[in-house]
Amino acid sequence: MSACLSVLRGVKDFMRDSDFGLRRLHSLLGILPIGLFLTQHLIINHFATQGVEAFNRASDFMGNLPFVLWLEWIVIYIPLMFHAFFGLYIAFTAKPNTSRYGTYRNWMFFLQRITGVFLVIFIAWHIWQTRVQKAFGAEVDFDMMADIVANPLMLAFYVVGIVSATFHLANGFWSFLVTWGITQSPRSQRISTFVMMGLFLVLSVIGIRAIFAFV
Amino acid sequence: MAENAVKERNEATAAKTVQFKIQRQDSPESSPYWETFNVPYRQNMNVISALMEIRRNPVNSEGKKTSPIQWEMNCLEEVCGACSMVINGRPRQSCTALVDQLTQPITLEPMRTFPVVRDLVVDREVMFDSLKKVKAWVPIDGTYDLGEGPRMPERKRQWAYELSKCMTCGVCLEACPNVNDKTNFIGPALISQVRLFNAHPTGAMNRDERLDALMQDGGLAECGNSQNCVVACPKGIPLTTSIAAMNRAASVYSFKRFFGSDHMVD
Repeated sequence: MSACLSVLRGVKDFMRDSDFGLRRLHSLLGILPIGLFLTQHLIINHFATQGVEAFNRASDFMGNLPFVLWLEWIVIYIPLMFHAFFGLYIAFTAKPNTSRYGTYRNWMFFLQRITGVFLVIFIAWHIWQTRVQKAFGAEVDFDMMADIVANPLMLAFYVVGIVSATFHLANGFWSFLVTWGITQSPRSQRISTFVMMGLFLVLSVIGIRAIFAFV
Repeated sequence: MAENAVKERNEATAAKTVQFKIQRQDSPESSPYWETFNVPYRQNMNVISALMEIRRNPVNSEGKKTSPIQWEMNCLEEVCGACSMVINGRPRQSCTALVDQLTQPITLEPMRTFPVVRDLVVDREVMFDSLKKVKAWVPIDGTYDLGEGPRMPERKRQWAYELSKCMTCGVCLEACPNVNDKTNFIGPALISQVRLFNAHPTGAMNRDERLDALMQDGGLAECGNSQNCVVACPKGIPLTTSIAAMNRAASVYSFKRFFGSDHMVD
Protein backbone atom coordinates (compact mmCIF):
# COMPACT_ATOMS: atom_id res chain seq x y z
CA MET A 1 0.00 0.00 0.00
CA SER A 2 2.67 2.52 1.01
CA ALA A 3 4.90 1.34 -1.84
CA CYS A 4 1.98 1.92 -4.18
CA LEU A 5 1.49 5.41 -2.77
CA SER A 6 5.13 6.33 -3.13
CA VAL A 7 5.10 5.16 -6.76
CA LEU A 8 2.04 7.34 -7.35
CA ARG A 9 3.79 10.26 -5.67
CA GLY A 10 6.82 9.65 -7.85
CA VAL A 11 4.67 9.69 -10.98
CA LYS A 12 2.99 12.90 -9.80
CA ASP A 13 6.35 14.57 -9.13
CA PHE A 14 7.58 13.49 -12.55
CA MET A 15 4.45 14.88 -14.22
CA ARG A 16 4.83 18.16 -12.34
CA ASP A 17 8.54 18.48 -13.09
CA SER A 18 8.07 17.82 -16.78
CA ASP A 19 4.82 19.76 -17.11
CA PHE A 20 6.20 22.06 -19.80
CA GLY A 21 7.50 19.20 -21.92
CA LEU A 22 4.32 17.15 -21.50
CA ARG A 23 2.11 20.06 -22.55
CA ARG A 24 4.26 20.78 -25.58
CA LEU A 25 4.16 17.06 -26.43
CA HIS A 26 0.37 17.13 -26.06
CA SER A 27 0.19 20.05 -28.50
CA LEU A 28 2.54 18.40 -31.00
CA LEU A 29 0.88 14.96 -30.92
CA GLY A 30 -2.51 16.55 -31.64
CA ILE A 31 -1.19 17.61 -35.05
CA LEU A 32 1.42 14.93 -35.68
CA PRO A 33 0.44 12.15 -35.92
CA ILE A 34 -3.18 12.41 -34.70
CA GLY A 35 -4.32 15.29 -36.92
CA LEU A 36 -2.63 13.78 -39.92
CA PHE A 37 -4.19 10.38 -39.15
CA LEU A 38 -7.66 11.91 -38.79
CA THR A 39 -7.32 13.64 -42.16
CA GLN A 40 -6.17 10.42 -43.81
CA HIS A 41 -8.96 8.46 -42.08
CA LEU A 42 -11.68 10.82 -43.33
CA ILE A 43 -10.24 10.80 -46.86
CA ILE A 44 -10.12 7.01 -46.96
CA ASN A 45 -13.71 6.93 -45.65
CA HIS A 46 -14.68 9.17 -48.54
CA PHE A 47 -14.20 6.17 -50.86
CA ALA A 48 -17.62 5.11 -49.54
CA THR A 49 -19.21 7.79 -51.74
CA GLN A 50 -17.88 5.83 -54.77
CA GLY A 51 -19.66 2.66 -53.78
CA VAL A 52 -19.26 -0.47 -51.71
CA GLU A 53 -16.44 -1.92 -53.76
CA ALA A 54 -14.29 1.22 -53.75
CA PHE A 55 -14.58 1.49 -49.98
CA ASN A 56 -13.82 -2.18 -49.36
CA ARG A 57 -10.73 -1.98 -51.59
CA ALA A 58 -9.44 1.06 -49.68
CA SER A 59 -10.23 -0.42 -46.28
CA ASP A 60 -8.56 -3.71 -47.27
CA PHE A 61 -5.47 -1.81 -48.34
CA MET A 62 -5.29 0.13 -45.05
CA GLY A 63 -6.07 -2.93 -42.93
CA ASN A 64 -3.40 -5.05 -44.60
CA LEU A 65 -0.50 -2.61 -44.62
CA PRO A 66 2.81 -4.23 -43.70
CA PHE A 67 3.61 -3.92 -39.97
CA VAL A 68 0.00 -2.84 -39.48
CA LEU A 69 0.00 -3.57 -35.74
CA TRP A 70 3.17 -1.55 -35.23
CA LEU A 71 1.76 1.29 -37.28
CA GLU A 72 -1.47 1.22 -35.30
CA TRP A 73 0.26 1.34 -31.94
CA ILE A 74 2.93 3.89 -32.81
CA VAL A 75 0.94 6.20 -35.06
CA ILE A 76 -2.48 5.90 -33.46
CA TYR A 77 -3.00 4.23 -30.08
CA ILE A 78 -0.06 5.49 -28.01
CA PRO A 79 -0.17 9.15 -29.15
CA LEU A 80 -3.97 9.16 -29.03
CA MET A 81 -4.09 7.73 -25.51
CA PHE A 82 -1.54 10.24 -24.23
CA HIS A 83 -3.37 13.11 -25.94
CA ALA A 84 -6.72 11.90 -24.59
CA PHE A 85 -5.76 11.33 -20.98
CA PHE A 86 -3.51 14.37 -20.63
CA GLY A 87 -6.22 16.35 -22.42
CA LEU A 88 -8.80 15.26 -19.86
CA TYR A 89 -6.51 16.56 -17.13
CA ILE A 90 -6.19 19.90 -18.95
CA ALA A 91 -9.95 20.10 -19.57
CA PHE A 92 -10.94 19.36 -15.99
CA THR A 93 -8.45 21.75 -14.42
CA ALA A 94 -9.91 24.69 -16.37
CA LYS A 95 -12.68 26.89 -15.01
CA PRO A 96 -14.53 28.10 -18.12
CA ASN A 97 -16.05 31.58 -17.83
CA THR A 98 -17.86 32.22 -21.11
CA SER A 99 -20.68 33.92 -19.23
CA ARG A 100 -18.23 36.57 -18.02
CA TYR A 101 -16.30 36.91 -21.29
CA GLY A 102 -18.42 35.88 -24.25
CA THR A 103 -15.63 36.51 -26.75
CA TYR A 104 -14.99 34.31 -29.77
CA ARG A 105 -11.68 33.01 -28.39
CA ASN A 106 -13.13 32.25 -24.98
CA TRP A 107 -15.90 30.22 -26.64
CA MET A 108 -13.30 28.38 -28.72
CA PHE A 109 -11.40 27.62 -25.49
CA PHE A 110 -14.58 26.20 -23.97
CA LEU A 111 -15.61 24.22 -27.08
CA GLN A 112 -12.09 22.79 -27.44
CA ARG A 113 -12.48 21.24 -23.99
CA ILE A 114 -16.10 20.12 -24.50
CA THR A 115 -15.33 18.45 -27.86
CA GLY A 116 -12.18 16.92 -26.37
CA VAL A 117 -14.07 15.23 -23.54
CA PHE A 118 -16.80 14.10 -25.92
CA LEU A 119 -14.21 12.71 -28.34
CA VAL A 120 -12.66 10.53 -25.63
CA ILE A 121 -16.06 8.87 -25.22
CA PHE A 122 -16.84 8.80 -28.95
CA ILE A 123 -13.47 7.42 -30.03
CA ALA A 124 -13.46 4.77 -27.29
CA TRP A 125 -16.90 3.64 -28.50
CA HIS A 126 -15.82 3.82 -32.17
CA ILE A 127 -12.73 1.69 -31.52
CA TRP A 128 -14.82 -0.83 -29.60
CA GLN A 129 -17.36 -1.04 -32.43
CA THR A 130 -14.79 -1.46 -35.20
CA ARG A 131 -11.19 -2.34 -34.28
CA VAL A 132 -11.97 -4.43 -31.21
CA GLN A 133 -14.71 -6.32 -33.10
CA LYS A 134 -12.11 -7.02 -35.80
CA ALA A 135 -9.84 -8.52 -33.15
CA PHE A 136 -12.82 -10.72 -32.15
CA GLY A 137 -13.06 -11.91 -35.77
CA ALA A 138 -15.48 -9.47 -37.38
CA GLU A 139 -14.90 -8.26 -40.92
CA VAL A 140 -14.17 -4.52 -41.25
CA ASP A 141 -15.97 -3.51 -44.43
CA PHE A 142 -18.75 -1.35 -45.84
CA ASP A 143 -21.46 -3.55 -44.33
CA MET A 144 -20.04 -3.15 -40.82
CA MET A 145 -20.45 0.62 -40.97
CA ALA A 146 -23.78 0.37 -42.82
CA ASP A 147 -25.10 -1.83 -39.99
CA ILE A 148 -23.90 0.64 -37.37
CA VAL A 149 -25.41 3.75 -38.94
CA ALA A 150 -28.65 1.97 -39.82
CA ASN A 151 -29.61 3.01 -36.31
CA PRO A 152 -30.49 6.73 -36.57
CA LEU A 153 -29.21 7.38 -33.03
CA MET A 154 -25.84 5.88 -33.96
CA LEU A 155 -25.79 7.97 -37.14
CA ALA A 156 -26.38 11.12 -35.09
CA PHE A 157 -23.68 10.05 -32.63
CA TYR A 158 -21.23 9.57 -35.50
CA VAL A 159 -22.12 12.88 -37.14
CA VAL A 160 -21.54 14.74 -33.86
CA GLY A 161 -18.34 12.74 -33.35
CA ILE A 162 -16.98 13.60 -36.80
CA VAL A 163 -17.78 17.31 -36.49
CA SER A 164 -16.29 17.39 -32.98
CA ALA A 165 -13.12 15.78 -34.28
CA THR A 166 -12.72 18.18 -37.23
CA PHE A 167 -13.43 21.16 -34.98
CA HIS A 168 -11.00 19.95 -32.33
CA LEU A 169 -8.30 19.48 -34.95
CA ALA A 170 -8.85 22.83 -36.70
CA ASN A 171 -9.05 24.83 -33.48
CA GLY A 172 -6.21 22.80 -32.00
CA PHE A 173 -4.09 23.65 -35.02
CA TRP A 174 -4.78 27.33 -34.34
CA SER A 175 -3.54 27.05 -30.77
CA PHE A 176 -0.65 24.82 -31.87
CA LEU A 177 0.60 27.76 -33.95
CA VAL A 178 0.40 30.03 -30.89
CA THR A 179 1.82 27.47 -28.48
CA TRP A 180 4.94 26.96 -30.56
CA GLY A 181 5.32 30.69 -31.13
CA ILE A 182 4.65 30.63 -34.88
CA THR A 183 1.72 33.09 -34.92
CA GLN A 184 2.53 35.93 -32.53
CA SER A 185 0.93 39.11 -33.84
CA PRO A 186 -2.82 39.62 -33.44
CA ARG A 187 -3.03 39.90 -37.24
CA SER A 188 -1.37 36.54 -37.90
CA GLN A 189 -3.56 34.95 -35.24
CA ARG A 190 -6.68 36.44 -36.85
CA ILE A 191 -5.71 35.19 -40.30
CA SER A 192 -4.94 31.73 -38.96
CA THR A 193 -8.42 31.76 -37.37
CA PHE A 194 -9.94 32.11 -40.86
CA VAL A 195 -7.61 29.50 -42.35
CA MET A 196 -8.60 27.05 -39.60
CA MET A 197 -12.30 27.79 -40.13
CA GLY A 198 -11.73 26.77 -43.75
CA LEU A 199 -9.94 23.60 -42.67
CA PHE A 200 -12.82 22.79 -40.32
CA LEU A 201 -15.39 23.22 -43.10
CA VAL A 202 -13.45 21.17 -45.68
CA LEU A 203 -12.74 18.28 -43.29
CA SER A 204 -16.32 18.33 -42.00
CA VAL A 205 -17.76 18.13 -45.53
CA ILE A 206 -15.46 15.19 -46.34
CA GLY A 207 -16.36 13.40 -43.11
CA ILE A 208 -20.10 14.01 -43.30
CA ARG A 209 -20.32 13.00 -46.97
CA ALA A 210 -18.52 9.78 -46.10
CA ILE A 211 -20.72 8.83 -43.16
CA PHE A 212 -23.92 9.51 -45.13
CA ALA A 213 -22.62 7.28 -47.92
CA PHE A 214 -23.16 4.33 -45.56
CA VAL A 215 -26.84 5.16 -44.97
CA MET B 1 -27.91 83.18 -9.35
CA ALA B 2 -25.11 80.67 -9.73
CA GLU B 3 -25.49 79.65 -6.12
CA ASN B 4 -29.17 78.96 -6.68
CA ALA B 5 -28.40 76.78 -9.68
CA VAL B 6 -25.92 74.73 -7.65
CA LYS B 7 -28.45 74.43 -4.82
CA GLU B 8 -31.15 73.30 -7.24
CA ARG B 9 -28.89 70.73 -8.81
CA ASN B 10 -27.82 69.38 -5.44
CA GLU B 11 -31.44 69.04 -4.38
CA ALA B 12 -32.31 67.24 -7.59
CA THR B 13 -29.48 64.75 -7.22
CA ALA B 14 -29.88 64.28 -3.46
CA ALA B 15 -33.17 62.51 -4.04
CA LYS B 16 -31.49 59.97 -6.33
CA THR B 17 -29.82 56.93 -4.86
CA VAL B 18 -27.52 54.31 -6.28
CA GLN B 19 -28.05 50.69 -5.32
CA PHE B 20 -25.02 48.55 -4.50
CA LYS B 21 -25.09 44.79 -4.00
CA ILE B 22 -21.88 43.86 -2.23
CA GLN B 23 -20.55 40.41 -1.52
CA ARG B 24 -19.09 40.45 1.96
CA GLN B 25 -16.98 38.05 3.95
CA ASP B 26 -16.04 38.59 7.58
CA SER B 27 -12.83 36.54 7.70
CA PRO B 28 -10.73 34.40 5.35
CA GLU B 29 -12.48 31.24 6.59
CA SER B 30 -16.08 32.40 6.93
CA SER B 31 -18.60 32.05 4.11
CA PRO B 32 -19.59 35.01 1.93
CA TYR B 33 -22.98 36.76 2.07
CA TRP B 34 -24.64 39.61 0.17
CA GLU B 35 -25.60 43.00 1.56
CA THR B 36 -27.43 45.77 -0.31
CA PHE B 37 -26.86 49.50 0.15
CA ASN B 38 -28.64 52.57 -1.20
CA VAL B 39 -26.08 55.34 -1.54
CA PRO B 40 -27.11 58.98 -2.20
CA TYR B 41 -26.13 59.91 -5.74
CA ARG B 42 -23.52 62.59 -6.36
CA GLN B 43 -22.33 63.81 -9.71
CA ASN B 44 -19.31 62.01 -11.21
CA MET B 45 -19.13 59.53 -8.35
CA ASN B 46 -17.07 56.38 -8.73
CA VAL B 47 -17.30 53.07 -6.89
CA ILE B 48 -14.70 54.20 -4.36
CA SER B 49 -16.57 57.38 -3.42
CA ALA B 50 -19.67 55.23 -2.92
CA LEU B 51 -17.70 52.85 -0.69
CA MET B 52 -16.45 55.90 1.26
CA GLU B 53 -20.06 57.04 1.69
CA ILE B 54 -20.98 53.59 3.04
CA ARG B 55 -18.02 53.81 5.41
CA ARG B 56 -19.25 57.23 6.61
CA ASN B 57 -22.76 55.92 7.16
CA PRO B 58 -22.72 52.09 7.35
CA VAL B 59 -26.46 51.44 7.07
CA ASN B 60 -27.74 48.81 4.64
CA SER B 61 -30.86 49.02 2.46
CA GLU B 62 -33.00 47.53 5.25
CA GLY B 63 -32.04 50.51 7.41
CA LYS B 64 -29.91 48.34 9.72
CA LYS B 65 -26.57 49.53 10.99
CA THR B 66 -23.77 47.26 9.75
CA SER B 67 -19.99 47.12 9.70
CA PRO B 68 -18.30 49.30 7.08
CA ILE B 69 -17.10 47.58 3.90
CA GLN B 70 -13.40 46.78 3.79
CA TRP B 71 -11.56 47.47 0.54
CA GLU B 72 -8.11 48.52 -0.58
CA MET B 73 -7.13 51.62 -2.49
CA ASN B 74 -4.07 53.72 -3.02
CA CYS B 75 -3.36 55.84 -6.08
CA LEU B 76 -6.97 56.52 -7.21
CA GLU B 77 -5.76 56.96 -10.80
CA GLU B 78 -5.54 53.37 -12.09
CA VAL B 79 -1.79 52.90 -11.81
CA CYS B 80 -1.40 50.92 -8.56
CA GLY B 81 -3.91 48.09 -8.98
CA ALA B 82 -4.80 47.93 -5.27
CA CYS B 83 -8.52 48.68 -5.67
CA SER B 84 -9.19 45.85 -8.16
CA MET B 85 -12.45 44.00 -7.62
CA VAL B 86 -15.19 42.32 -9.63
CA ILE B 87 -17.68 45.04 -10.61
CA ASN B 88 -20.88 43.93 -12.35
CA GLY B 89 -19.26 40.59 -13.06
CA ARG B 90 -16.00 41.87 -14.50
CA PRO B 91 -12.69 42.41 -12.71
CA ARG B 92 -11.41 46.01 -12.93
CA GLN B 93 -10.22 48.91 -10.79
CA SER B 94 -12.92 50.52 -8.67
CA CYS B 95 -11.29 53.98 -8.92
CA THR B 96 -12.04 54.23 -12.64
CA ALA B 97 -15.42 52.52 -12.39
CA LEU B 98 -17.76 55.52 -12.79
CA VAL B 99 -21.24 55.02 -11.38
CA ASP B 100 -22.84 56.85 -14.32
CA GLN B 101 -21.48 54.18 -16.67
CA LEU B 102 -22.65 51.15 -14.65
CA THR B 103 -26.00 49.39 -14.66
CA GLN B 104 -27.72 49.13 -11.30
CA PRO B 105 -27.75 47.43 -8.92
CA ILE B 106 -23.97 47.65 -9.05
CA THR B 107 -22.55 44.35 -7.79
CA LEU B 108 -19.17 44.29 -6.09
CA GLU B 109 -17.33 41.05 -5.38
CA PRO B 110 -13.76 40.29 -4.35
CA MET B 111 -11.46 38.69 -6.95
CA ARG B 112 -11.87 35.11 -5.74
CA THR B 113 -8.90 33.85 -7.72
CA PHE B 114 -6.96 35.19 -4.73
CA PRO B 115 -7.55 34.37 -1.05
CA VAL B 116 -10.13 36.78 0.40
CA VAL B 117 -8.92 38.60 3.52
CA ARG B 118 -12.13 40.47 4.29
CA ASP B 119 -15.02 41.79 2.17
CA LEU B 120 -13.38 43.15 -1.01
CA VAL B 121 -9.79 42.84 0.24
CA VAL B 122 -7.80 40.02 -1.36
CA ASP B 123 -4.26 38.81 -0.83
CA ARG B 124 -2.34 39.09 -4.11
CA GLU B 125 0.92 37.84 -2.64
CA VAL B 126 0.97 34.86 -5.02
CA MET B 127 1.71 37.31 -7.86
CA PHE B 128 4.63 38.85 -6.02
CA ASP B 129 6.01 35.39 -5.29
CA SER B 130 5.68 34.60 -8.99
CA LEU B 131 7.56 37.79 -9.89
CA LYS B 132 10.40 36.48 -7.73
CA LYS B 133 10.14 33.06 -9.35
CA VAL B 134 10.55 34.45 -12.88
CA LYS B 135 13.26 36.92 -11.71
CA ALA B 136 11.36 39.96 -12.95
CA TRP B 137 14.18 42.42 -12.34
CA VAL B 138 17.51 43.48 -13.83
CA PRO B 139 20.29 42.19 -11.56
CA ILE B 140 23.09 44.78 -11.30
CA ASP B 141 24.12 44.45 -7.67
CA GLY B 142 27.70 43.45 -7.07
CA THR B 143 30.86 44.26 -5.14
CA TYR B 144 32.10 46.86 -7.63
CA ASP B 145 30.71 49.42 -10.04
CA LEU B 146 29.75 47.60 -13.23
CA GLY B 147 29.65 50.83 -15.22
CA GLU B 148 27.10 51.70 -17.85
CA GLY B 149 25.05 49.01 -19.50
CA PRO B 150 24.30 48.80 -23.23
CA ARG B 151 22.03 51.53 -24.59
CA MET B 152 18.42 50.79 -25.34
CA PRO B 153 17.18 52.11 -28.68
CA GLU B 154 14.59 54.84 -28.11
CA ARG B 155 11.91 53.16 -30.21
CA LYS B 156 12.39 49.94 -28.28
CA ARG B 157 12.10 51.87 -25.02
CA GLN B 158 8.78 53.32 -26.14
CA TRP B 159 7.53 49.83 -26.99
CA ALA B 160 8.80 48.38 -23.71
CA TYR B 161 7.10 51.20 -21.81
CA GLU B 162 3.73 49.73 -22.77
CA LEU B 163 4.69 46.40 -21.18
CA SER B 164 6.01 48.19 -18.10
CA LYS B 165 2.54 49.62 -17.42
CA CYS B 166 1.64 46.34 -15.70
CA MET B 167 0.68 47.10 -12.10
CA THR B 168 0.29 43.49 -10.91
CA CYS B 169 -3.40 44.22 -10.29
CA GLY B 170 -4.44 40.61 -10.87
CA VAL B 171 -7.32 41.38 -13.24
CA CYS B 172 -5.88 39.15 -15.99
CA LEU B 173 -5.47 36.28 -13.52
CA GLU B 174 -9.08 36.72 -12.40
CA ALA B 175 -10.19 36.69 -16.06
CA CYS B 176 -8.13 33.61 -16.98
CA PRO B 177 -9.95 30.25 -16.90
CA ASN B 178 -6.66 28.46 -16.28
CA VAL B 179 -5.67 30.40 -13.14
CA ASN B 180 -7.56 28.64 -10.36
CA ASP B 181 -7.09 26.49 -7.29
CA LYS B 182 -6.66 23.35 -9.42
CA THR B 183 -3.63 24.67 -11.34
CA ASN B 184 -0.32 26.33 -10.52
CA PHE B 185 -0.50 28.70 -13.50
CA ILE B 186 1.29 31.95 -12.67
CA GLY B 187 -0.88 33.92 -15.08
CA PRO B 188 -0.53 36.20 -18.12
CA ALA B 189 0.93 39.27 -16.36
CA LEU B 190 3.99 37.36 -15.21
CA ILE B 191 4.73 36.01 -18.68
CA SER B 192 4.58 39.53 -20.08
CA GLN B 193 6.99 40.70 -17.37
CA VAL B 194 9.52 38.13 -18.56
CA ARG B 195 9.20 39.58 -22.06
CA LEU B 196 9.77 43.08 -20.65
CA PHE B 197 12.91 42.17 -18.70
CA ASN B 198 14.27 39.91 -21.45
CA ALA B 199 13.89 42.80 -23.90
CA HIS B 200 15.94 45.10 -21.67
CA PRO B 201 19.57 45.23 -22.93
CA THR B 202 21.00 44.57 -19.45
CA GLY B 203 18.14 42.31 -18.40
CA ALA B 204 18.77 40.17 -21.49
CA MET B 205 22.05 39.05 -19.90
CA ASN B 206 19.95 36.74 -17.67
CA ARG B 207 17.42 35.80 -20.32
CA ASP B 208 17.99 32.07 -19.97
CA GLU B 209 17.27 32.14 -16.23
CA ARG B 210 13.88 33.75 -16.75
CA LEU B 211 13.00 31.36 -19.58
CA ASP B 212 14.02 28.45 -17.36
CA ALA B 213 11.62 29.74 -14.71
CA LEU B 214 8.82 30.13 -17.28
CA MET B 215 9.31 26.53 -18.37
CA GLN B 216 8.70 25.20 -14.88
CA ASP B 217 5.46 23.70 -13.58
CA GLY B 218 2.73 26.35 -13.64
CA GLY B 219 4.59 28.38 -16.24
CA LEU B 220 4.06 29.40 -19.82
CA ALA B 221 2.71 26.06 -21.06
CA GLU B 222 -0.41 26.27 -18.90
CA CYS B 223 -1.86 29.01 -21.10
CA GLY B 224 -4.98 27.70 -22.87
CA ASN B 225 -5.35 30.60 -25.33
CA SER B 226 -8.77 31.79 -24.19
CA GLN B 227 -7.30 35.30 -24.66
CA ASN B 228 -9.47 36.78 -21.91
CA CYS B 229 -6.40 38.46 -20.42
CA VAL B 230 -5.89 40.85 -23.30
CA VAL B 231 -9.58 41.76 -23.20
CA ALA B 232 -9.52 42.34 -19.44
CA CYS B 233 -6.21 44.21 -19.01
CA PRO B 234 -7.01 47.78 -17.89
CA LYS B 235 -3.68 49.04 -19.25
CA GLY B 236 -4.14 47.57 -22.72
CA ILE B 237 -0.97 45.47 -22.47
CA PRO B 238 -0.67 43.07 -25.45
CA LEU B 239 -0.62 40.05 -23.12
CA THR B 240 -1.45 37.43 -25.74
CA THR B 241 1.32 38.73 -28.00
CA SER B 242 3.68 38.51 -25.03
CA ILE B 243 2.61 34.92 -24.38
CA ALA B 244 3.10 33.93 -28.04
CA ALA B 245 6.47 35.73 -28.10
CA MET B 246 7.59 33.87 -24.99
CA ASN B 247 6.30 30.64 -26.52
CA ARG B 248 8.63 31.21 -29.47
CA ALA B 249 11.53 32.16 -27.19
CA ALA B 250 10.93 29.00 -25.14
CA SER B 251 10.76 26.86 -28.30
CA VAL B 252 14.09 28.21 -29.57
CA TYR B 253 15.67 28.10 -26.14
CA SER B 254 14.67 24.53 -25.36
CA PHE B 255 15.82 23.44 -28.83
CA LYS B 256 19.21 25.10 -28.28
CA ARG B 257 19.47 23.74 -24.76
CA PHE B 258 18.86 20.19 -25.98
CA PHE B 259 20.70 20.10 -29.30
CA GLY B 260 23.12 23.01 -28.86
CA SER B 261 26.53 23.06 -27.24
CA ASP B 262 27.23 24.64 -23.87
CA HIS B 263 26.17 28.25 -24.37
CA MET B 264 23.80 29.84 -21.90
CA VAL B 265 22.74 33.25 -23.21
CA ASP B 266 22.22 33.72 -27.01
